[in-house]
Amino acid sequence: MPMTRNSSSAPRDIAPSEITPRGVWLRRRELLQAAAAAGLAVAAPRGSAQPADARKLPAKPGPYSTMEKPTPYKLITEYVNFYEFGTEKDDPAKYAPKLLRTRPWTVRVEGEVKKPRTFDIEELLKLAPLEDRVYRLRCVEAWSAVVPWVGYPLAELIKRVEPTGNAKFVEFTTLADPKQMPGLRSPVIDWPYTEGLRLDEAMHPLTLLTFGLYGEVLPNQNGAPVRIVVPWKYGFKSAKSIVRIRFVEKQPLNSWQKSAPNEYGFYSNVNPTRDHPRWSQATERRLGEDGLFSRRRPTLMFNGYAEQVASLYAGMDLQKFY
Amino acid sequence: MRPASDARAAPWLARVPAALPAPAFARVRGALFVLALVPCARLIWLAATDWLGANPVEFVVRSLGTWTLVLLCITLAVTPLRWATGWAWVVRLRRMFGLFTFFYATLHFLAVAGIDLAFDWPAIVKDIAKRPFITVGFAAYVLLIPLAATSTNAMVRALGGRNWQRLHRLVYVIALLAIVHYWWHKAGKNDFAQPTVYALIIGLLLGIRLVRWVKARRSAL
Repeated sequence: MPMTRNSSSAPRDIAPSEITPRGVWLRRRELLQAAAAAGLAVAAPRGSAQPADARKLPAKPGPYSTMEKPTPYKLITEYVNFYEFGTEKDDPAKYAPKLLRTRPWTVRVEGEVKKPRTFDIEELLKLAPLEDRVYRLRCVEAWSAVVPWVGYPLAELIKRVEPTGNAKFVEFTTLADPKQMPGLRSPVIDWPYTEGLRLDEAMHPLTLLTFGLYGEVLPNQNGAPVRIVVPWKYGFKSAKSIVRIRFVEKQPLNSWQKSAPNEYGFYSNVNPTRDHPRWSQATERRLGEDGLFSRRRPTLMFNGYAEQVASLYAGMDLQKFY
Repeated sequence: MRPASDARAAPWLARVPAALPAPAFARVRGALFVLALVPCARLIWLAATDWLGANPVEFVVRSLGTWTLVLLCITLAVTPLRWATGWAWVVRLRRMFGLFTFFYATLHFLAVAGIDLAFDWPAIVKDIAKRPFITVGFAAYVLLIPLAATSTNAMVRALGGRNWQRLHRLVYVIALLAIVHYWWHKAGKNDFAQPTVYALIIGLLLGIRLVRWVKARRSAL
């Protein structure tokens, strides 16, 4: 396990108080791995440890991690919106593990770039060093979670394909294969699912090209084999199971904006002062922590990442550009 | 409108008497009473054993909303069932189902106002005023209150059968509001599979009444 105690890549604005607990986070993985290994040694016959190991995704600790308690793996992987597998929260966990094939997998990168090309997933995995990053996730439905993702900044990929001067926006397309995705039978969305970011948002160091969670390969229902994570925006902006990344000059329409323009905008930044037409966005419930009788917790502007991203929207009316 | 004696269509139907003896009726009503409490008991059981899932509040609110709608459909199905089968005694179950509709609607409202919003009244009032899908749902609930309040025999007598019946036709408006509430709740995600099922059932139950009413008017002319 490459367990480099790294802080050189951390930006300067990270408080020293955040460094130590990250060490705790690191040791915890170590302990977990040791425990898992011991468990396997006892429980499993010789040589059968391979499948569990194959899911491991070694990474170094990355910057920007929150110290909040990560949401249990079970909840993150069982309470999921991924409409390609059905609209109920438990549909993706029911169908994606069996139906979605994540190998072979390619991602086409095209549009306003000097070096358009198709990446194989294995190549993408090795493009830049993987990092562990614990991010808050705020769903537009007013629930939230804390997820330890594994990935690297999307900027690493973007730099390599060299966007032209015309590239102002980036559009992400999710796989849409009716054979693997039973949810495509219902016209909830104009499939395939597409999402978009402004180029500067896509280049922001918080924006993560993501391959895993909890130190392992992404479970299929969480957007395997590759997705993006944009932690200051509502969860639906973080497109899953991506097959195409296109650089464009005009602001693309994202799927939810197309289907309900009065409810979902292009930016979809987490904003407690800008309510959804059908519910308030001022507060949220944290999965696994906020029980039946606990109070809702306040939602933070930009999901608590204002210090990092507020400057991207300087001078913009965020009530209008929601 | 098939009479109960049409034994060829369904032989077992013929064995159900149009008038049920009192002990048999009491047993049927008792069994249905217990059955109608099962959804509520299930939620209490799931809450006590920590099986409400990742988002317990959402689970409870939605489950109670669904069961309100189910009981509303059952209540509205009583009269058409009587027309179709000739079983006069089913009408005497209608009040119980109506009150269970009110019971689940009350729990649904309390789950939203009390559990989700922790009785934060300014927030509750704001939600009702600002969000059409909540406005409509709340209106349906408010309209249920006079129906529940006038459900006793004494109230029927006090109002007079004719006025009582006129008042209780409000249930048709309530049914439409309930469907709109559910429909708008799902509208943002274009996910109409379940609201469609309930809309068809309510549409059928109200449609049967409309057809009968039109026929009665024609034959009266």
